[in-house]
Order: sequence, then structure tokens, then C-alpha cells
Amino acid sequence: MIAGISIYEILTVTSILFFIGIYGFITRKNLISVLISIELILNASVVNFVVINKYLYPDMLQGVIFAIFIIAVAAAETALAVSIIINLYRQISSVEVKDTEIMKY
Amino acid sequence: MNFSSFLLMRQEMILLTIILLLLVAEISLPKAKKQSIVHLAIFLFGINTIVGFFAIETSSWFGGMFHTNGLIHFFKNVLNVGVFILLLQSADWLQEKIVDNNKGTEFFILLFSSLLGMYFMISAGDFLMFYLGLELSTLPVAALAAFEVTKRISSEAGIKFILSAALASGVSLFGISMLYATSGSIYFDDIITMIASTNLTLLGFILFFAGLAFKISLVPFHFWTADVYEGAPISVASYLSVISKGAAVFILMILLFTVFKNLMHVWENIIYVVALATMFIGNLFALRQQNMKRFLAFSSIAQAGFILLGLMTGNQLGTATIIYFVMIYVFSNLAAFGVVQAISLKTGKENMNDYEGLYRTNPNLSLVMMLALFSLAGIPPVAGFFGKFFLFTAAASKGYYLLVFLAVVNVTISLYYYLLVVRAMFLRTSDQAIPYFKNKLYMKLGLLVTVIGILVLGLYSPLYDYIFELSKHLN
Repeated sequence: MIAGISIYEILTVTSILFFIGIYGFITRKNLISVLISIELILNASVVNFVVINKYLYPDMLQGVIFAIFIIAVAAAETALAVSIIINLYRQISSVEVKDTEIMKY
Repeated sequence: MNFSSFLLMRQEMILLTIILLLLVAEISLPKAKKQSIVHLAIFLFGINTIVGFFAIETSSWFGGMFHTNGLIHFFKNVLNVGVFILLLQSADWLQEKIVDNNKGTEFFILLFSSLLGMYFMISAGDFLMFYLGLELSTLPVAALAAFEVTKRISSEAGIKFILSAALASGVSLFGISMLYATSGSIYFDDIITMIASTNLTLLGFILFFAGLAFKISLVPFHFWTADVYEGAPISVASYLSVISKGAAVFILMILLFTVFKNLMHVWENIIYVVALATMFIGNLFALRQQNMKRFLAFSSIAQAGFILLGLMTGNQLGTATIIYFVMIYVFSNLAAFGVVQAISLKTGKENMNDYEGLYRTNPNLSLVMMLALFSLAGIPPVAGFFGKFFLFTAAASKGYYLLVFLAVVNVTISLYYYLLVVRAMFLRTSDQAIPYFKNKLYMKLGLLVTVIGILVLGLYSPLYDYIFELSKHLN
């Protein structure tokens, strides 16, 4: 618990973070930036879990444990995505979203 | 926890052992004998499939995180059989293209890890286990989609899949965190008692549903499907459309029918709209496809729409019909993808025009393809008709007559484009028809099993009664 800050402020921040992530995913032109936007979404959920656990249900640690697992899985996900992006970069020398469009409709 | 209770997780144990054995084999086999890794993997997975047919009792482990019962076990068997057929069909491709580049073992390890994730996902008793299973089943498939590293199209499929999958799981997690906020627990059993239709719960449910709908490729979340299927290797596309989708449908059904049962008045409206959109958009977009993989991608989106009809009921009849339909869908779609794979492997041709005159040169393959497409369309003597018929009956029994009527309209549309392929194969002639070729043993076996499945499943009625009996575990 943080003195003087209620759960509403923190949940507002995580919701804003979440929607920044969604906005970034839709508008960014660079694959790496898209990946960073996804990290924002995942981190919003991580903070959500920890805060809800701490403020609302402090007698059990379910939310905190969940948060640790999300961090681990997010790292694996990023590693995999970056390796695929690198493989793509080897072939087309670009990490722009507009260059990954030989398949459409 | 003693040894006999440990055996209740035997499916997961065996699959994990197979993965480790393959790792050892990869290290110890000399380079000249690498081809035999395909035989080894198929043999080992065959053992796993056979062991799966022994019955398992209802139990729950790790404080309720992992549980199993007859229905879940039955569905794991369906997934096993599907993956086994898939392995048989992709053996030739692996031996000719992949093992020579020293990547054969990776394919099996990634594929089996993904299947292991699905086991854990459908056995999950809380959201943590569910999330880990979902990720374990999704991430290896992204690596598999980008498996042909020298092809640009394959990398593109991989990046599209991993980015959309990560977005979907992130959105889904945000929803889970809201469900956790309202119910104070991530265990399904606790959530069932606590859930109520407050605004926060509904928002959490909708975000969570979006994540799963991505896996099933329901309509607002379907944009990745066609691109990934076209770019990925055909075995991987087939895996995504059959096994991955089947497992996701199953866990969605479990969650809707148990955890979110109290929210039924909300989710039945969501499913109603999504089902209609999925059927219409899937079918209408399938009409204009020329590439067979994209064609099958949109057809599988449309089939997912039909599956949702069974979800509308929320009772034992719905459960039984969904599982029955998914089972038939596994066989029919694997048969279709198997033929596409056989032709693509020998000739590299994947377009519908290339299939013209196929019956004159390769009558057996065209017959298999025709059966598969008839089954997907739902033409009476084959299994697909019974699957669709039961689904429509289940939805009609709850009074959704308009929905069933629109679904039947969709069956008619789908019949048109399935018959386009049949017409190309049987009625058209072409100068550049695909020449006659012989398939190897594994591919023949794989296609034979699917044909038997398509022909027998629909006519062997005790099977449906058995599934209906098992479905009481859920309701």
C-alpha cells in the first residue's frame, strides 16, 4: 500500500497505460515499436494484478504470483518476436509494417 | 501425492518424456541417420495416442489448478488422433525439405510443446494455469509458422501471428485482472460462486472473451487467419486450423458453461452476434479466394461460426454436439489439408486453377478431397452432415429459429464455393493438369485414416451417445 494513494488512481494509470498500448499497436509504423506497445499492455495487466492483490485481497498472494508468471512469459514472447523480426530483416532489410504486406485480403 | 495419483497426469508425463527423448535422439544420432528421427517421433507419438485410450478417473490436483475427467480426457484423445494424422501427413515434407537442413527435431519439439500447452489449457482449474497453457500452446506455433526461414512469406506469417497473439493474450490478461478484482480469486471454483453481472465483471469477461476469440478466429479477431495460413508451412496451417482451434473451442465451452454460467444472459447475445458475423464474413470472403490455403482458412472461420451455434444452448446437448462436430471437423479439415499438402509437395501448386482436371490424373486424391469438402459442406452420407444437423437441432431446441435459418443460408453459400473446387477437379479439363504421382506410405496412411473417419463417424451412432453420456461431467 502506498500512503495517500487510493486504488482508483493506480487503476486509472494502468487503464491509461493499456489504451496507450492498444493505440500504439494500431498506429506504429515500426515492428519493434509495435512490440513495445504490446509490452505496455502486458505491464498494465501486471500492475493491475499486483495492485488489486495488495489493496483488495492482501491475505492471499494469487495476484502477485500471477504477475511474476506474466513477466516471465512476456520475456519469452518478446524474445521469440524479436528473433522472427530479425529473420524477416535478413530477407527484406526492413522492419517497417508496410513492407510486410505481400499477403493481403 | 503418491505414485498412483501421479499417473492421472500420465498424458502430460508421456508427452514430456517424448520431447526429452527426441532431444536426446537429436544429439546422439549421427548426421547420416537423421531421417529416422521422423519415424521415431511418429512411433513415440503413436504410443502416446494409444495410451490415451485407457480410461481415466475424475480427479483434481495441485489445489484445484489441474483437474481431469472423462470429457477432458476424451477431448485430449481427439487432439492426439488429430496430431497423429497430421504427423503422418507431414512426414514426407519433413523428410524431403526439413530434415536435410538439420531442423527435423525442432519441428517435433515445438509441435509437441504446443500440444502439451493445450493439454494443460483444457485441464486448467484456474486462470494462471489457463494462461500458461494458452501461451505454451501459442508461442511454439509462432515459431513453427516462421519455420521455413529462407522464405519471406513464412517469416511474414510468423511475425503477423506472434504480434496478434501477444496482443490477444495481453487483452485477455487485462480482462482476467478485472475478474480477479471482482471475485477475489483466480480459481474457477471460487469465481463460479462469486460472479455477478456487475459492470466490471462484464468488461473483464468481454476482454477475456476477445483473447480466446482470437485463437478460434471469430470474426472481429480473424484478420490474422488467412495471412498466417497462406504463409506458414501447410502442416502448421493445418495444425492451427484443426488442433489449435479445437482446443480453444473446448476450453471456451468449459468456461462459458461453468465459470460464466451466471452471465449467460449477457454472453448469449454476444455469441449470437459473433456467430452471425463469423458465418457471413467467413463464407463471403471464401467465395473470392483462389489460393487453396486462404480458401481453407476462410472456410475454417465459417466453420467456427457454426460451432458457436452449439454454445448458445449452454446445456448437455450443446456440449455433446460441439464435441461431436469438432471431432468430425478435425477429420474433414485434415483430409482437405492433407490433399493440398500432397499436391503442393510434389508440384508446388496451391491455386484452385491448378486443380483442374485432377480427377483424370489423380483420381484417388480427388476423391479424398471431394469427401472432405462434402463433409465440410454437410452433404448427407458423410459425417459433416450429422455434425451440422445436431448443432442446428441443439440451437433450435432453445428457440433460436432465426439464427438457425441464417446458418442454413450460410450452408448454402458454403456449398457453392466447396463445389467450385469439386467442379475444377471433376468437370474441368486442362492442358496443364497435375501429372499422376504416387504418394509415400505415411501420406497414404494419413489420408486413409481421415477418409475412414469421415465415412464412419457419421454413421456409427453409439459414438454420439457415448459423447452425450460424457458431457454430463460438465453440466
